[in-house]
Amino acid sequence: MSEAFIQVRNLNKAYIGRGQTVEVLKDVSLDIDRGDIFGIVGSSGAGKSTFLRCLNRLEEPDSGEVRIDGSVITGLSHKELLAFRRKFGMIFQQFNLLDARSVARNVEFSLTVARQAKEQRQQRVNEILDLVGLTDRRDFYPGQLSGGQRQRVGIARALANEPKVLLSDEATSALDPETALSILDLIKAINRKFGLTIIVVTHQLEVIKYLCRHVAVLENGRIVEQGSTREVLTNPQSHTMQVFVEVNASLTGGFLQGGEGI
Amino acid sequence: MSEFLKLLENLFSIKTWEVIWPAILETLMMTTVSTVLMGVLGLLVGTVLLVTRPDGLQPKRVFNALFGAVVDALRSLPSMVIIILTLPLAKLIIGRSWGPGAVMIALALTCTPMFARMVESGFLDVSRGKVEAAKSVGARNWEIMLKVILPESLPSLVRSFTIAVIALISVTAIAGWFGAGGLGDVAVRYGYNRFLTHMMIAAVLALIVIVVLVQVCGEAIARGIVRKRRL
Ligand SMILES: Nc1ncnc2c1ncn2[C@@H]1O[C@H](COP(=O)(O)OP(=O)(O)OP(=O)(O)O)[C@@H](O)[C@H]1O
Ligand SMILES: [Mg+2]
Repeated sequence: MSEAFIQVRNLNKAYIGRGQTVEVLKDVSLDIDRGDIFGIVGSSGAGKSTFLRCLNRLEEPDSGEVRIDGSVITGLSHKELLAFRRKFGMIFQQFNLLDARSVARNVEFSLTVARQAKEQRQQRVNEILDLVGLTDRRDFYPGQLSGGQRQRVGIARALANEPKVLLSDEATSALDPETALSILDLIKAINRKFGLTIIVVTHQLEVIKYLCRHVAVLENGRIVEQGSTREVLTNPQSHTMQVFVEVNASLTGGFLQGGEGI
Repeated sequence: MSEFLKLLENLFSIKTWEVIWPAILETLMMTTVSTVLMGVLGLLVGTVLLVTRPDGLQPKRVFNALFGAVVDALRSLPSMVIIILTLPLAKLIIGRSWGPGAVMIALALTCTPMFARMVESGFLDVSRGKVEAAKSVGARNWEIMLKVILPESLPSLVRSFTIAVIALISVTAIAGWFGAGGLGDVAVRYGYNRFLTHMMIAAVLALIVIVVLVQVCGEAIARGIVRKRRL
């Protein structure tokens, strides 16, 4: 069997708080193929964000191994880690743009960190703003943008250094359905255009349906189910997924129809 | 009534302002130099406090607790006591423990702990998300400090600085005791010791004008930054 692009093995993470220890990730193992769009679902507090953050080591796992494209992420020194993080892009529910910088300079931040020369930076900023459709907003500040536009800047910043992996933590949860859809379309387009591997954390079933080819279900820090989106949605095994599907069916359709997975 | 008119006459007489004007310049000189010192030291100390926090960029639990305790201890001392304590230090640095130079160092050190804590608190208000976003593109700690936390907290820093500068001006009044002159010195020497009420009032008026100007400028700068960012 060939090696998967991303291999997660026996990941454990616990938070030690006043007297009690909260095990957030329990023995999580996963394989994700190159170029896949992989969904992680689970109810609030299941450990989805923690899992995602362990992949680029914004969070240090207590034990276990993460391998990406053959390199062991969990074994990197701090300096190596910084270089490695440039191969990841990450986008967030709250966008997390820098209010002190214009759109163009937010994107440029990634490139400065990667020590690109000024001329290259300018060129890349133009390219990437064109890609996300914000060329005419380049000198605006985040405070002047709509939620959807802000997330586009977030995506531009995440993609500036041509990462191999895009991590998305509830990127569309703060947006209205129409805007969310346009962001999902952008993510899809990026996946197709650059063959980027994308990991999507969400609690919206529509997002899974529309975007993901594979999905894993987290329940209290454990992966209780995984497989192709079609499999999991048509024959849900875990409690979480059964509830998800049920709730979704009882609503009239949901806002997104005709997804990739189904 | 004639008492009052006389006071007014004295208040605006050339003789009064021949004393007040140089005192204004002395006070401005003192506060400017101390302000720069306090600004630099406060930013440094505030950064160290922030970075070494248990949840900071470079956690150093024990050091942070000790350093924080020292900062707070200094903050709780009356400024007079701090000046007396720092004058020997001034002697080490500039070779004299009296006069304007020594007092400027002492004044800066008096207000630095308070300003440092305000700096730290302003830094802490920068959302974790912004820091994480910077980390996620591989930013080094100094880049996160200089390109994210510092600029993002700038409006709050400017406001803190304004407050600290005004606190500093109020402390310059004590400087007279140590031979550094200034408006506070005039108020005490002429007003209190020699019962020249008009001198005291003139000095106080000048101090008030300076403080109001500082406040207005600080607020205008902070608002200008916020407006530019369309927040
Ligand atoms: N820094 C922390 N200290 C202590 N506990 C934490 C910390 N971060 C997360 N947790 C706990 O870990 C658990 C999982 O958190 P996580 O953010 O990964 O959940 P999630 O699945 O992303 O939830 P949501 O859908 O609400 O975002 C929660 O119970 C949370 O309280
Ligand atoms: Mg989360």
